[in-house]
Amino acid sequence: MSGGKDTILSVDRLTVRFDASPSLIKRLVTGAGRRTVHAVEEVEFEVTRGSTFALVGESGCGKSTIARTIAGIQPPSGGSVSFMGVDIAGFRTRHAAMPYRRNLQMIFQDPYASLNPRWRVGRIIAEPILTHGLMTRGAALTARVAELLETVGLSPGDTAKFPHQFSGGQRQRISIARALAANPAFIVCDEPTSALDVSVQAQILNLMKRLQRERGLTYLLISHNLAVVAHMADAMGVMYLGRLVEQGDAAQILARPLHPYTRLLLDTVPDPRAPKRARARLSGEVPSPLAPPTGCAFHPRCPLANARCARERPRPLRVEAALVACHAVEEGRLPSCPPANENCLATSGDAA
Amino acid sequence: MTALLKVEGLRVEIARRGRAMTAIDDVSFEIAGGEILGVVGESGAGKSVTGTAVLGLLEPPARQAAGRILFDGRRIDTLDEDAMRALRGKEIAAVFQDPLTSLDPLMTIGDQLTETIRTHLDLTQPEAVERAARLLAEVGIPAPRERLASYPHEMSGGMRQRVVLALAFSCEPRLIIADEPTTALDVSIQAQILDLLRAMCRERGTAVMLVTHDMGVIAEVADRVAVMYAGRLVEVGPTARLLAEAAHPYTRGLMASIPDMHRRDVELAQIPGSMPRPDAPVPGCAFHPRCPHALVRCASERPPTFAVGASEVACWLADPVARSAA
Repeated sequence: MSGGKDTILSVDRLTVRFDASPSLIKRLVTGAGRRTVHAVEEVEFEVTRGSTFALVGESGCGKSTIARTIAGIQPPSGGSVSFMGVDIAGFRTRHAAMPYRRNLQMIFQDPYASLNPRWRVGRIIAEPILTHGLMTRGAALTARVAELLETVGLSPGDTAKFPHQFSGGQRQRISIARALAANPAFIVCDEPTSALDVSVQAQILNLMKRLQRERGLTYLLISHNLAVVAHMADAMGVMYLGRLVEQGDAAQILARPLHPYTRLLLDTVPDPRAPKRARARLSGEVPSPLAPPTGCAFHPRCPLANARCARERPRPLRVEAALVACHAVEEGRLPSCPPANENCLATSGDAA
Repeated sequence: MTALLKVEGLRVEIARRGRAMTAIDDVSFEIAGGEILGVVGESGAGKSVTGTAVLGLLEPPARQAAGRILFDGRRIDTLDEDAMRALRGKEIAAVFQDPLTSLDPLMTIGDQLTETIRTHLDLTQPEAVERAARLLAEVGIPAPRERLASYPHEMSGGMRQRVVLALAFSCEPRLIIADEPTTALDVSIQAQILDLLRAMCRERGTAVMLVTHDMGVIAEVADRVAVMYAGRLVEVGPTARLLAEAAHPYTRGLMASIPDMHRRDVELAQIPGSMPRPDAPVPGCAFHPRCPHALVRCASERPPTFAVGASEVACWLADPVARSAA
């Protein structure tokens, strides 16, 4: 993929593998071989400046691993991540990575685990400013911290408090203030509202949207909650077992999903606005990333799978504003999808 | 129709630093035989405490301070420990969020099932094994006979929760208390477990008290919904009606704050502020400081329950006297 002018992040054939082998002694004694977790396999996508790109999928599909790789926490096994035109795997020293780190911040799922319990809120928020040498201690820094707290809906008087004196939603606001402190261009949000109640989630999502409008921020949103994705994302990618199976315009994918996995995933989401609807079910469970199936990784659970799906891995194919990796789509074997995606795959209605 | 479970004026207090805080205040509801009642609310609303009280598992510093719990017309909150234990597992079973807390990691699936079965039913060991294998087959575990020898850690999260369902149904209970049974699972597995729970209850006529924070789960399985806020019930009604046209301002705010899959680019409704904590109770209606429609009396007088259609609503706005005057 070549980066366009407005592309802030470009992920190219990114692969992350983990060695899960038994110890050398165990391998020698039992004759067991090496084992590799295929966490992320040849993932490609681009994020446009000022937009929100969402990665969705079930536990273990690799979405958080991608987030960690982009944040520079997890080195890639293959492929490249290019941020603002610079390949992040190319950094030799921490010092060289600093300008990149300043522009790329992260918000985590658990606001209880991501804030140092022994630090006062003022120090937590001032730290990235000092680390990146943007300001020195003094009245200006104090004013900047107060301004950040007000930006996220807290009071400047909160600087002297400790994290435990806040509720979960307020702590997530502190995490957002810390992420904003270094004036980044890009924020990786890994399940930012999954630990919060829905009414608090609404407050945080509204805050995130307002900050994006006001500051032109770019978000990479990692979420398993499709309603949150529908609300936030401009573009999205659907992951299954380490691979992107479908990506493109979020509104189009949510309204007219093409990949059988996306269709079934959308159909399994309970919707409080459509109680007890009849719908298709996703049977079986996600296979182990230690031994991914041959061909299309989804074929053992797919109602449309044939012999080719078991043998040959599908390549991404452009359909309108989306890229879909599916033989059934390519061969035109996909049943048409009625409006409001009810029962796209009625053939599997008895599967559960 | 007599209710299978009847909770009347339940009040649970938690002692802290010599003071009694009210966690559950004057909660009354019923569950009919075979009915699935969803109990929904945000963290700290008291929904799990209510379930724990029905199971007779409240532990100090929490205690039942007032009210009665009747099961099949018999009072169960005054039963001694032995009598309650005989009832629990047999007549009333429990399913919790994390299957690993319900399963013993050092016992095989088969041993756990047969132990539960033989504790409550008069069966021989071979009969109990037979029953255990049948249950595993029914909850959709492949090769059930071989699986009896498996340990919990050898199974996936979804499979474990199926085993927990088999355990819960093992003695044909009449009521299951399910506390966030699918919260730890992925959506596709959640849908499988909810389908299974609903099918097994329909087949056997088992009633369920389903405690959850997820309105989507409620929409999937519940016949009726009870909404809790700050230890009180604010609205109880049939699921379809409550989801489509909630009467209590809190329920309406909660529904409006859920992102809609089919409508983006709309600002999500926010309920200002946060739920009062048990150590700082609010006089009058507990929701009045956050309520956009609060009246003067809401700050001082606690609203009783009014009937609105098929629902019951604890809100002064639903007072027929006030409504006829307006």
